[in-house]
Amino acid sequence: MAQNYYQKEIETMSVESMKQLQSEKLVKQVKHVYENVPYYKNLMDEKGVKPEDIKGIEDLYKLPFLTKADLRDAYPYGLLAKPLEECVRIQSTSGTTGRRVVAFYTQKDIDLWEDCCARAIVAAGGTNKDVCQVAYGYGLFTGGAGLNGGSHKVGCLTLPMSSGNTERQIQFMTDLSAKILCCTPSYAAYIGETLKEQGYKPEDIPLKAGIFGAEPWTEEMRQNIEETLGIKAYDIYGLTETSGPGVAFECSEQTGMHINEDHFLAEIIDPETGEVLPEGEKGELVFTSLDKEAFPLLRYRTRDICVLSRKQCSCGRTLIKMAKPMGRTDDMLIIRGVNVFPSQIETVLLNEGYLPNYQIVVDRANNTDTFEVNVEMSPEQFTDKVSDVLQMEKSLANAMKTMLGINPTIHLVAPKSIVRSEGKAVRVIDKRKLV
Amino acid sequence: MAIKQLTVFVQNRKGTIVSVTDILARNAVNIRALSIAETEEFGILRLIVNDEEMAEKVLAEHGYLIKVVDVVGVKIGDEPGKLTAALDVLDKADINVEYLYAFMARTEKHAYVVLRVENNETAESILADAGFHLITEEDINKL
Repeated sequence: MAQNYYQKEIETMSVESMKQLQSEKLVKQVKHVYENVPYYKNLMDEKGVKPEDIKGIEDLYKLPFLTKADLRDAYPYGLLAKPLEECVRIQSTSGTTGRRVVAFYTQKDIDLWEDCCARAIVAAGGTNKDVCQVAYGYGLFTGGAGLNGGSHKVGCLTLPMSSGNTERQIQFMTDLSAKILCCTPSYAAYIGETLKEQGYKPEDIPLKAGIFGAEPWTEEMRQNIEETLGIKAYDIYGLTETSGPGVAFECSEQTGMHINEDHFLAEIIDPETGEVLPEGEKGELVFTSLDKEAFPLLRYRTRDICVLSRKQCSCGRTLIKMAKPMGRTDDMLIIRGVNVFPSQIETVLLNEGYLPNYQIVVDRANNTDTFEVNVEMSPEQFTDKVSDVLQMEKSLANAMKTMLGINPTIHLVAPKSIVRSEGKAVRVIDKRKLV
Repeated sequence: MAIKQLTVFVQNRKGTIVSVTDILARNAVNIRALSIAETEEFGILRLIVNDEEMAEKVLAEHGYLIKVVDVVGVKIGDEPGKLTAALDVLDKADINVEYLYAFMARTEKHAYVVLRVENNETAESILADAGFHLITEEDINKL
């Protein structure tokens, strides 16, 4: 397959040249942050590091880390590195975990961010002849804004749908022959179910590719979406703290995401000790923004657990690849002392023939954790006999016990009854109050 | 021969049954018989209605999980022992009844029993051979 690139010289640059470029940018960026962000200057001073100690990427390890807690402490302006009059945009996290984070952008920051998203769209096969349907939420959430900008840069005819109103999504998709769909994987699955209910077969759906991110999803879910929509489903990674979607994107090989490392320098560290781990080892992903002007985070700990690889990629891109995160350190639930990742639950559901529409509810009764999983049942699975439904719940609980080591109570519920917000499914409700 | 039963999945929460009956009422669907099987978490409503196509359509539009299944309807005399007689016939033929519910006719001295069995045709022919009067969709519509 012929490969297209949005910025070929960067995307296929030799590793040596990339490291050279990163080093030059890092030296400048550290100076910029030290001079303009007192919060980070204090962290550097405490550690006894001066900007002149950083001569290239080999010195990166000397810099202090930033964590989500720092972002909360410094809210709202404490990490801003440009005067507000030079900033043109604010985006914010969806606030799924704790307090919201606000990020600031100059026009140049927006421009580079949109370039990153454009690289993702081109890697997914998008061209200026395509209609690109952006069904991520628009507004403070970075999903809509990022892919909208990327789609413009590629020259796609952009459908700024935002999330929700599935009937209208489907009408525009089919009437205007949308080729690329950008949204969360759970919303893609939902659109797919709705199309199926309306009698659409995969070959009747005009889409050719989808770019799905902003929440964790599994290989099984990818297969499920690819089959229902008749498309190639590509992963995209990003976080508001660094810019938004487009920090890393998948190519035709679909074996991990290329990091836009000319803008975002990646490291893997041991989450316990903070020590940098060699390539190929599993640990916490850390990003340093090399080009961001307004909100340049250095060594920001993402809490995502993953692996990096420089293995040659068949798409021709030389950008380092990150594996799909295995879970976020803060997605992990500890229930009755056992580590549970929502992605494990999703895998069981898909293996057992359910759609990945579920919600975990954890509470505490009589000093013991209660662990319930609500799962949407499809019309084909529903029968008129209570015993059948109870049997299905029991066998699903057994399958989960095999995977997780602890036994959940399963509640089968009606389709589409689990709440979705901003297109993002609310996967976990933890009602435990532990002081 | 079998009659259609509308089966609706509902969460076991306050107000769920009334929202189903309300949707049916607003669409002029008349309920002939209704039975509920409930657990702590969910319930399954089983309904015999005068227009199950309309009922299925409007409930589906409101997002309900619905299944229409064929059940056996049998007319019995409104006297002690008549239900036992019907069940006896099935029992002797080794036919297992998953569930049943009954309702009275408005004017005639009859009751109607709705039976859910593994194989409708077998159950129907056994009941018919034993002299029971089976009811059809048409009979339901005339009620």
